Amino acid sequence: MACLDHATPMACPACAVVPSAERLAAMAVPQQARLMLSLPTAHCAACMSVVEGGLEAEPGVRSARVNLTLRRVSVDADDGVTAARLISVLAKLGFEAHELDAGLLSATETDRQGQDLLMRLGVAGFAMMNVMLLSVAVWSGAEDATRQMFHWISAIIALPTVAFAGQPFFRSAWASLKARRLGMDVPISLALILASGMSLFETLMGGEHAYFDAAVSLTFFLLAGRYLDHRTRAVARSAAEELAALEVPRASVLRGGVEAVLPLADVAVGDLVRVRPGGRMPVDGVVTDGSSEVDRSLLTGESLPCYAGPGSMVSAGEVNLTGPLTLRVVAAGRDSSLHRMADLVAVAESAKTRYTSLAERAARLYSPLVHILSFSAFGFWMWQTGGDVRFAINISAAVLIITCPCALGLAVPAVVTAASGKLFRKGLLIKHGTALERLAEVDTVVFDKTGTLTLGRPEPVGLADHAPDALAVAVALAGASSHPLASALAGQGIRPATVTGLREVPGYGVEGQWLGRTVRLGRADWVGAPPLAVTATYLALNGTTHAFAFTDRLRPGADVAVAALLAQGKRIILLSGDAGGAVAEMAARLGITDWTAGALPAQKAARVAELTAQGHKVLMVGDGLNDTAALVAAHVSISPASALDAARVASDIVLLGQDMAPIADAVRIAGQARRRIKENFAISAIYNVVAVPLALVGLATPLAAALAMSLSSVTVSLNALRLR
Amino acid sequence: MDILTYLIPASLILGGVGLAAFFWALKDRQFDDPQGDANRILKPDWEDHPKP
Repeated sequence: MACLDHATPMACPACAVVPSAERLAAMAVPQQARLMLSLPTAHCAACMSVVEGGLEAEPGVRSARVNLTLRRVSVDADDGVTAARLISVLAKLGFEAHELDAGLLSATETDRQGQDLLMRLGVAGFAMMNVMLLSVAVWSGAEDATRQMFHWISAIIALPTVAFAGQPFFRSAWASLKARRLGMDVPISLALILASGMSLFETLMGGEHAYFDAAVSLTFFLLAGRYLDHRTRAVARSAAEELAALEVPRASVLRGGVEAVLPLADVAVGDLVRVRPGGRMPVDGVVTDGSSEVDRSLLTGESLPCYAGPGSMVSAGEVNLTGPLTLRVVAAGRDSSLHRMADLVAVAESAKTRYTSLAERAARLYSPLVHILSFSAFGFWMWQTGGDVRFAINISAAVLIITCPCALGLAVPAVVTAASGKLFRKGLLIKHGTALERLAEVDTVVFDKTGTLTLGRPEPVGLADHAPDALAVAVALAGASSHPLASALAGQGIRPATVTGLREVPGYGVEGQWLGRTVRLGRADWVGAPPLAVTATYLALNGTTHAFAFTDRLRPGADVAVAALLAQGKRIILLSGDAGGAVAEMAARLGITDWTAGALPAQKAARVAELTAQGHKVLMVGDGLNDTAALVAAHVSISPASALDAARVASDIVLLGQDMAPIADAVRIAGQARRRIKENFAISAIYNVVAVPLALVGLATPLAAALAMSLSSVTVSLNALRLR
Repeated sequence: MDILTYLIPASLILGGVGLAAFFWALKDRQFDDPQGDANRILKPDWEDHPKP
């Protein structure tokens, strides 16, 4: 059964990150750009028209087509069109968009495996309808020649069908036998082969019972389960893994005075790399030229930008804020701190695959039991009838067919499909097969602050306390800079004063002339102000200084999510790498009592491990590189789509939208899904408890087998759909 | 019972036609975006040249 071997699509995140980066770099110069964007918020017919119309109105775009099932749009465009431009167009239309790795486009669109399964399902469905129709005549008492003819026609339809449609099971059973394991597919294949073979023999001998209908409907129901399972995973995989951030895999390298954009793999230690303001550092390096401020929040969780000038070290993943920087590469690609962190993840990741899902536990119990039952039935009837092989095989085949896990094969995929569909509509992608089950067990939720509970976007506070003059001058100065603090200040809608001779000093601030005097807005030491404990920018005016304090803007829905989780009785912990003041304020705002500030990445992971050791099941929500180790150490983890590659790869669930409120829903739905899965197991167990004794004593007619199989499959599917 | 000689082949052929139609739909990518196709007929704007 497919749901049993939940192979992690990316066992080693580092391996997954690197080829994706190379693929992206390889298509840096596309002939005919075919861009893919994920659209987490698109949901209706009007959204499709707006997105397609808006994109097609853009010059250079030939056509755009929205796929609403996968929530993505594929754009056929000329070379000059970049994903960043399309994303900004979509943002203006009110849609959040992320770039997807179009290198995998062919692999996801012509999803061969899915098509293949669907085709086999179609064949099995066709055969089942016809064979069932013929069987009705036999059940209602056709005799002699008529029954014989009907059996033969059934055989002609059923045997090729089982041989063709059953291949996925035979292949997987053979693989597990070679690995000396008894998977669910072994009893399935055995039942299929035994049922078809025995029925053919009975037909040849002119016997009364043929199980062609059972063999075919068994194939159909099991394929349906496998297809559902495949579909859920394919949707999650294609979207979650390919949310590749564009800025990381390319770097603009200075060689012989010429600037060239190269794929990261071609950047060598010692090269000079230029990073524009607003760009992300592609490598670890030492600044050789230029000064600026860098935002380290993704790596350390600090919300305060740090100064970077000649001689300072910067790491891959940091964002350059104000001035252009030239770096001498110290480590690139696999050796950069970004990848070292990803390797750490790879080591810890193997621990997670050790989780045994409910389905695996069921299969472990079930597989040997079925074989033992079937063989002991064979042995008993051989002894009882004094060596009637035909009768004994008949009984043991009936036992295999009756116990064969039609409902069991559907029980988990149907619930997981229903639940992931529900969560997908709320903007959550389930990346890992067992993530839902693990999410259901969570009792402690650990949040990161910067970029997770907050958007990493500053917001000025207490503006009303400042003199109108000072405020107007500060806003005028701020308007000249693209520094995040400055833009936040300038964006407050305050009338700026007339300041002339504006000049930005990269890494320090902005300077200008107001009423004949020099005014400055920027770093505390530059304007000569005493620094505050919180994020702030400082204004020097007429010999006095003013401090403008900022707070990080809360992510929408963060308060709702925290309140809902508290209401569900979860313990909530805030673990941040940021300074104490900011964290305390945030914790008070959200009503979180248990918080730690200034936590290093290793401390975060240690705290999570400690909680785990105490027997808590931890859900970690984080976005930065500093959270990566903790994300992996946690029982289950969620990261927003804006997170770094490494963090997204490490987490089990990705939050596609900005809104955080779905997290609380996800925990609730996961709990429900787990209950439904257990109910489904109980339902199929009841059917087996009733039907197996009948089969053992030899009373299982083909009609009884068909009834038990169909009824249990339908009840299980209906139960899965009850999920709200 | 002579009627069976006509009815059984007829039912098989009809089923076969259904199967062929399913194969065609599968090859024609009609299952790639079920939700989108369902919504597309409700689009407020009309098209002269529907996209493939």
